[in-house]
Amino acid sequence: MSEASARKLSDDLLRPLLQTSWRFYVLVVCLGSIVLTGLGTWAYQMYNGFGITGINNPIFWAFYITNFVFWIGISHAGTLISAILRLVNAGWRRPVTRCAEVITAFALMIGALFPIIHLGRPWLFFWLMPYPSSRQIWPNFRSPLVWDFFAITTYLTGSVLFLVLPMIPDFALVRDRTTGRRQQIYGILALGWQGTPKQWHRLESAMQIMAIAIIPVAVSVHTIVSFDFSMAPVPMWHSTMFGPYFVAGAIFSGIAGLIIAMAALRKFLHLEDYLHPVHFQNLGKLLLLMSLLWAYFVFAERLTIWYGNEPSEIAVMYVTQKGSFAPLYWTMVTCNFVIPFTILSLKKLRTIAGCVIASFGVLIGMWLERFLIVVPSLGHKYLPYSWGVYRPRPVEIIITISTFAAMALLYVLFSKFVPIISIWEMKAGEHPSPALLPAGSREHALGETHA
Amino acid sequence: MSAVYALYPDGDSAQRAVNALRAAGLPGNAITILSGEPIEDQEFFEADKSTWMWYLASAGGAFGLVFATWLTTMTERAWPLNTGNMPIVSWWPNLIIMFEMTMLFGILAAVLTLLVTARLPGRRPALYDPEIMEGKILVGVVNPRDPSTVERALAAPGAEIKRSSN
Repeated sequence: MSEASARKLSDDLLRPLLQTSWRFYVLVVCLGSIVLTGLGTWAYQMYNGFGITGINNPIFWAFYITNFVFWIGISHAGTLISAILRLVNAGWRRPVTRCAEVITAFALMIGALFPIIHLGRPWLFFWLMPYPSSRQIWPNFRSPLVWDFFAITTYLTGSVLFLVLPMIPDFALVRDRTTGRRQQIYGILALGWQGTPKQWHRLESAMQIMAIAIIPVAVSVHTIVSFDFSMAPVPMWHSTMFGPYFVAGAIFSGIAGLIIAMAALRKFLHLEDYLHPVHFQNLGKLLLLMSLLWAYFVFAERLTIWYGNEPSEIAVMYVTQKGSFAPLYWTMVTCNFVIPFTILSLKKLRTIAGCVIASFGVLIGMWLERFLIVVPSLGHKYLPYSWGVYRPRPVEIIITISTFAAMALLYVLFSKFVPIISIWEMKAGEHPSPALLPAGSREHALGETHA
Repeated sequence: MSAVYALYPDGDSAQRAVNALRAAGLPGNAITILSGEPIEDQEFFEADKSTWMWYLASAGGAFGLVFATWLTTMTERAWPLNTGNMPIVSWWPNLIIMFEMTMLFGILAAVLTLLVTARLPGRRPALYDPEIMEGKILVGVVNPRDPSTVERALAAPGAEIKRSSN
């Protein structure tokens, strides 16, 4: 890469860090207010107890567990996609990976918060940890909730490291570009990075190892989240296909979240030179594939239940398809299949705007899918005398909305303080390893700055 | 400490400078190369490539597996609670914990190896120039015995030769 283009690349990608518009402050204040409202509502819930929510016998899991599954699903956008693209050495990944990995880190933090919000006494959540207490009581490793704790901890640790390690060379760049206190802070974050060949090799080896390790961990996380349901003898939960069904749904919603985040970054940070339409088209194709896979899983699940004709399962199936949950169910089908399939299967419509519309549909549809897994089954268990209904109360609605604001706020703050596109990886695209890039191959160049 | 170094605009000219320094009799470990991005298409970048990181990550994973096996079986026996008629030491659920701990310790071992072998966190090096972050490649020698020989080897069209001392 020539010095001029390297300088332009750095200038463009560091601009959001070095220049602050008034819009940034307005956005932070607006989102921060919603987040504070959510925190206040949570405090109100802790003070008054769970009686102020709509959660009651027999529906003990509702909005909060829906949000938990939804956000853990969103977290599958980043690290998993980034790790796969890194392992196959796809050149077009370079501007995408960090945008995606950030989603994972923040979505996991938000998702992991929901079981804690759902605890009556959240300050006791540390009981899930295996620590030697004075009474020698240990977590019950046969409980799926303990599996959740271990899976999420591993995935969060791995994802944060996977995100942070490649940031070190970029922190060094910011250190060398700034002065004063900012230079001191980024100097500490850069950990004394020099850029010797040895450091580059070690960083790339570590990233390779983590990419290999994080893929099965990501798959395991959502499989284990599905085990929270499938280990229970509840109609339509006790299914062997829940693991892959949840993983596919997670990747589906994760890609949708990533497309929306990338489109917002492109628009508001003026990253048109780096996030090309080809990136959206590629992700749009992936979203289309996942939409078809989702439809396949839903068909396989529903057909099996219909054919089995087990009364309690049929009751749940029909209450979602024809009963009180039918509007939500058919909205879900429309959002998860009809809209993305229609838009993304036509090349003309697979534009940035088309991908964003389809992605918003998928996010709505996937949230509804999680809700329709949780609530109708709990409300229609095996014995009809125990059936019940659920109505969300304002507390749950406010906390749910505030988590979306929290995600947006964390993303905005991150892109303000860290280059949202990995600068050194963009530059490295100009020096591909001869072993990895066969002569004449141009596909890896897609997405580079000269594309 | 004194140093003589030059900044090169591209990998090819940096490679020629490294070759010239080697031809002048300098051993590979005496030559400092710094860049703002990995220059994988040049021979000089191949130095220091071999690493034990893969083995250490595997060892970390093996440790995690052994630790998780011990943790699950020990704690289940320490408080033998009957849960749904499952055995006290239940291997199926324990496998989940063992898998997660294997991967966690493997990842942590890889990161620890990175930090130790790449000397992170470390102090700002003696030989450094912020220009490398703008696309230049630094090739230099710290405490050269014969600075003029080094300067001659580093001299090339487009190269900026610099001296530093502190």
